[in-house]
Amino acid sequence: MKHRSWMTTLAVVSVMAIVAASCADDTPPVGTTPPDTGIDCATVEFGCVEVGVDEPINVGVAQVIVGPDSTLGQDQVNAVELAVDYLDTAFDGTAGTLLDHPVTLAVEDEGCSADGGAPAATALAADTSIVGVIGTSCSSAALGVADTILGDKGILLFSGSNTSPALTDPALHNPFYARTAHNDRIQGAIVAEFTLGDVLGATSAATIADESPYTQGLVAAFRANFEAGGGELTGEEQVNSEDTDFKGALRSLAEASPDVLYFPIFVAACTLIIKQAAEIMPETTLVVSDGCISSDTYENTGGAEGVYTSTPDVTVFEEGDFYANEFLPAYKAAYGDPTAVFHAHSYDAANVLFQAIETVAIDNGDGSLSIPRQALRDEVFATEGYQGMSGVITCLDTGDCATDVAIGIFLGPGWPIAGATAPPDNVYSDTKSLDEVL
Amino acid sequence: MARTGAPSVASAQMRRFERLPWRPIILVALGIAVAGIVVIGTARTLTLPSAEGGYSGGAWRDFVVQGAAQGAIFAMIALGYSLVYGILRMINFAHGEVFMAGAFGSLFFADAYAKSGFLDRSPILALAIVTVVAVSISAGTAILLERLAYRPLRNAPRLVPLITAIGASLFLQNAFRGFFGPQPYPFPKPTVLAGNLSLGGVPVQRIQVLVLLVAVLCMVVLQWFVSATSTGRSMRAVAQDKEIASLMGIDVDRVIVITFAIGGLLAGIAAVLFSLTFEQVQFTMGFRPGIAAFTAAVLGGIGSIGGAALGGFVIGLLQAVGPPLLLTGFGIPSVFSLRDAFVFLVLVLVLVFRPGGLLGTGEVEKV
Repeated sequence: MKHRSWMTTLAVVSVMAIVAASCADDTPPVGTTPPDTGIDCATVEFGCVEVGVDEPINVGVAQVIVGPDSTLGQDQVNAVELAVDYLDTAFDGTAGTLLDHPVTLAVEDEGCSADGGAPAATALAADTSIVGVIGTSCSSAALGVADTILGDKGILLFSGSNTSPALTDPALHNPFYARTAHNDRIQGAIVAEFTLGDVLGATSAATIADESPYTQGLVAAFRANFEAGGGELTGEEQVNSEDTDFKGALRSLAEASPDVLYFPIFVAACTLIIKQAAEIMPETTLVVSDGCISSDTYENTGGAEGVYTSTPDVTVFEEGDFYANEFLPAYKAAYGDPTAVFHAHSYDAANVLFQAIETVAIDNGDGSLSIPRQALRDEVFATEGYQGMSGVITCLDTGDCATDVAIGIFLGPGWPIAGATAPPDNVYSDTKSLDEVL
Repeated sequence: MARTGAPSVASAQMRRFERLPWRPIILVALGIAVAGIVVIGTARTLTLPSAEGGYSGGAWRDFVVQGAAQGAIFAMIALGYSLVYGILRMINFAHGEVFMAGAFGSLFFADAYAKSGFLDRSPILALAIVTVVAVSISAGTAILLERLAYRPLRNAPRLVPLITAIGASLFLQNAFRGFFGPQPYPFPKPTVLAGNLSLGGVPVQRIQVLVLLVAVLCMVVLQWFVSATSTGRSMRAVAQDKEIASLMGIDVDRVIVITFAIGGLLAGIAAVLFSLTFEQVQFTMGFRPGIAAFTAAVLGGIGSIGGAALGGFVIGLLQAVGPPLLLTGFGIPSVFSLRDAFVFLVLVLVLVFRPGGLLGTGEVEKV
């Protein structure tokens, strides 16, 4: 009986503790506000992030850093680290400062899925020192998950590689979400244009999509443009990205002998489909997109021989002096060859965020800062004509900041990837604006 | 009289209604509905013109061979689940990771042999060595699991080893991720296994022929081992009653270790076949085949060796043939996306009509 009474007491105390914790005020701390800023952190929506004297400015990074798609996310984590390094205008391995405060990165794994995006965003949203978040890697981790969790707290989610059209669809867009990556309506349109064009001259195509919004968005954009261009879609299959056996779906699609099979799927499943399609439909040309581009795919498919991929045209980046002569050498020196293609976009996202912080941060006069969340979001969205490594960045109300996008088509083994056995072989390139495809 | 008689007539009718054998009536109705859907779906699919999504004879042949080959691998993994369940009445949820461990072990030898050219020069010897390595690692992992994770809990409530098995599964996955990283590794396939073989004029992938041959051979040997050797008889005795078997002089611990080792051995062979088929090894590779194999074991009748083997083939064939055969005719798009749902629906239906599984005893056990 005595034992039971202790248990009861313990249970009551635990319940009271949980209730007390849930009732606690979780609004960010607010500080005193100088009278000339016009912003009162105590009353402004979402409050301010307070950065004390000698405290760092804390930036969240939500990327896929574990699992089969980790090369996609780690590449962007590296880029954000380099952006912090370059705050002192030199890639010297020493982190620079922003408004005389060091910048620290709080990195969370978003797992390239909604399941992974939720805990990563929750952890970052719970940290009241987080000013903004660079991420996510995958659209599935952002759409309705990280964008909502962070947006509800007034924390900007700024992605360098989410490309799903749904994220910036006016009906679904979260006001605190923006991206420097392209909208896949552009990529899907350019892939369809390439497929129907002189290089392939295809008249029929089949598609495979998985459950991710990235894949769904690209396939929808490809389908609409391919059929509008006079092509015939002979079949569409839906698979689970965790499957290993795609032979049934491939055999089913092979019945109509399509000229092209388009499957913009992430690394693990993409690799398996490339291998299995080569056996089951050897006459069909395989086309993938940037979610599949990684050193792992390249190595595991023997150099992706004969496989076309669409991706932001890195040859355009390389025409920029800063990318070719400063950023890329620094990246290679610190981390080796890039393992994916979105490092330039995440580097740009970090710098746009840093620039916005510099503009809106309130100097409290004692070395501390107050960074109003709503003003920071508005400042990022007001970006216009910013010359980044990935192109000119102008943010629209819907969060798309890459408005004119160059998409290149590369033929394996000439993929733009670390360890490629052939130089990047750009067989097609086109630049389109959002206005042209939306 | 009339006013008092009406309720008694109604209540008598109600009693007769309640006494009706509802369970068999519902089962028969369900059976008729399922049979109707199968017949109509099949007929519609098979009469569908190719221009409207109908499949050619070649496509059906490929679906069957792919399903059988995949099912053979599921069957070999399922045998591990079934053997352990038969002896200990526990589900070893870490068995998928035993399979994964074997694949990783064999990968490094296969990779080295491919780079040196030995894999193509002497494919039989090279694959034999690779398989021995995979079997040793899988069996060793299974024995360690039994010794460290399950034996201390042998007399604990049944939920305890079940949860321990899930924990062991997660531990092994994360350990291998820690050792080898999250990335998928390419698994080399010897040139002799690439391409097709003509069987009576019918082209069949060589790797699928190998998978089917090896799987059938393993099952025949296992059946002989269990039924004709003294160790096999000991296993059957322990499966029937551990205490009586112990009183009869059987070393129960030794039999249990041997059972785990045999399950691991089969998982190791399946791992090599799986890796040769999909040419990729990764720390998560055991999860989905493990789930499919567990489903196969339940479908066939968990605890039954023949049931596990049959269940594996049935699951493989259901995944490959079921969705296109039954669903295409109803105009359902992307039928292969429904293959897992289809398989589990069939599992539920089989368990409704035969709770013990296809070859099980019919005994209903709480797990």
